[in-house]
Amino acid sequence: MAKLLRYMVVLALLGGAAFWWLTRPVGVDAARFADLTGDATRGETVFWAGGCASCHAAPEATDEARLVLSGGYRMVSPFGTFLAPNISPSPQGIGGWSTADLAGALLAGVSPEGQHLYPALPYAAYRNMTAQDLVDLKTFLDTLPPSDVASLPHEVGFPFTLRRGIGLWKWLNLPEGWVMGDPPSPEAERGRYLVEALGHCGECHTPRNITGGLDRGRWMQGAPNPSGKGKIPAIHPAELTWSATDIAYYLETGFTPEFDSAGGSMTSVVRNMAHLTPEDRGAIAAYLKALPGG
Amino acid sequence: MKTGITLIGGLLAAGVIATTAISQNDADPAIMAAVKARQAHMQLNAFNIGVLGAMAKGEIPYDAEVASAAAGNLAALSQMNEARYWPPGSDNVTLGDEATEALPVIWEDGGKVMEKAMAMAEAAAGLNEVAGGGLDALRAGMGPVGKACGGCHETYRKKSEN
Repeated sequence: MAKLLRYMVVLALLGGAAFWWLTRPVGVDAARFADLTGDATRGETVFWAGGCASCHAAPEATDEARLVLSGGYRMVSPFGTFLAPNISPSPQGIGGWSTADLAGALLAGVSPEGQHLYPALPYAAYRNMTAQDLVDLKTFLDTLPPSDVASLPHEVGFPFTLRRGIGLWKWLNLPEGWVMGDPPSPEAERGRYLVEALGHCGECHTPRNITGGLDRGRWMQGAPNPSGKGKIPAIHPAELTWSATDIAYYLETGFTPEFDSAGGSMTSVVRNMAHLTPEDRGAIAAYLKALPGG
Repeated sequence: MKTGITLIGGLLAAGVIATTAISQNDADPAIMAAVKARQAHMQLNAFNIGVLGAMAKGEIPYDAEVASAAAGNLAALSQMNEARYWPPGSDNVTLGDEATEALPVIWEDGGKVMEKAMAMAEAAAGLNEVAGGGLDALRAGMGPVGKACGGCHETYRKKSEN
C-alpha cells in the first residue's frame, strides 16, 4: 500500500514537472535580430499589413490619429474581454522594449518579463514573420508619437487569469509552418506571407476549436463572430467567387463587386490594406484564389 | 425560488424584446416610405460608383465624359438634404432586420453621423473634381470615397450575415 502511494506521488510529481516544462514561456533567440538594421519605410508596410492600428489605435481614431497607439480596443471573446494595451514609444507603452522584447511578444507570445501573453495578440500568425520585417517594424514603431494613456487590465475570469495555462494552449494550437504548403506562384507565396503571417486573416475567417485555437482543417471557411451576433464570411474560393481584381479592389477601397461598401470590422482592415502597394493587394487576392475549393 | 423569479423575469424581458420589432405591414407608412427613399438613394450612389469603379478596375474603358457625369451625380447626391430619410423609429430594432440595417446608434450619437455625411460630401466633391482628368486621377479619387462609405457603415449599419 505504501509502495503504491509512493508510486502515485512520484507519478503526480512527474506529471506536474511535465506540465511545468511544457507550459513554460519560451521566448526567442535574440541573436536572430542582432545583425539586422531596421528600415522605417519598410516597417510601415509591415505595420499596415499586420493591422496593428486596428486594435492599438484609440477606438474611433481616424487618419493620422491611427498612428497614436494608445490602445483601448475591447476584444470580446468567449474567454473574456481583452483590452489592447498602449504600444506607443512611451513609458506607458513599450518605449523601453528592445527589438528582442518585441520579437518575444510578436513571435512567441512572451512578454519581456517572461510571462505568457494572451493569444488575442495574434502571435499564432505573426510567428511566421521574417526577422527582417520584425526589425523594420520595430524601427517604424519607434518613430510614432508617444501616448501617456495607461493600459487597462483584461477583463477575464478564472481560470483564464492563470497565464501558465496559455502555455498549454500554445502547445496545443501552434503547429509549425504554413497552412498552404505549396503556393502555385511567387505572387501567391507573397500573398501567403501577407495573409497567414502579417494580416492574420485566419484569426477571424477561420472557425476555432473548443480550446480557442484555429481549426486549420477549415481554413478561411467562415466563423461565428466572436464579438457579437452574425457570422464572419468564408473567403475560400468555394464561397468567395469574386475575381482576383475584385478582391484587390475591395482591399483598396472597400467596394464590393456590387459597389456596396465594407462595414463592421472589415472597414478598419481596408483602411490598413489601402496603405499597401497594388502588388501586395494583388498577392493577397492570388493567395485566396489559390486556396482549395476553387 | 430566486432563480425561478429571475428566469421568469428573463423570459418576460425576452418576450418584450421579441415583440418590439413590429412587422413591416404594421409599420407607419410614412416611416416605411422614408426607409425606401434612403435605400433608393444608396442604390443611386452604388450605381454611379459602379461606373467609376468598373473603370478604375479596368473592366470598362476609361471615358472622361462618362466618369465626370457619374462623379457629378455622386457629388449631387451627397449634397442632398437627407433629414427626412431618417425619422426616429426607423432603425432595425424597431422595424426588424428585414426592413432596414440602420442601427439605433444613428439617433443616439449626438450628431456624429452628420460629421460622417459631411466627410462623404467632401470626398464626393473631391472625386468630382478629378474624375474627368484621367484614369489615374480617378483611381486616386475613389479611395477617399470608399473610406467615407465605410466610415458610416462601420458604425451605423448592422453587420452583414454573409
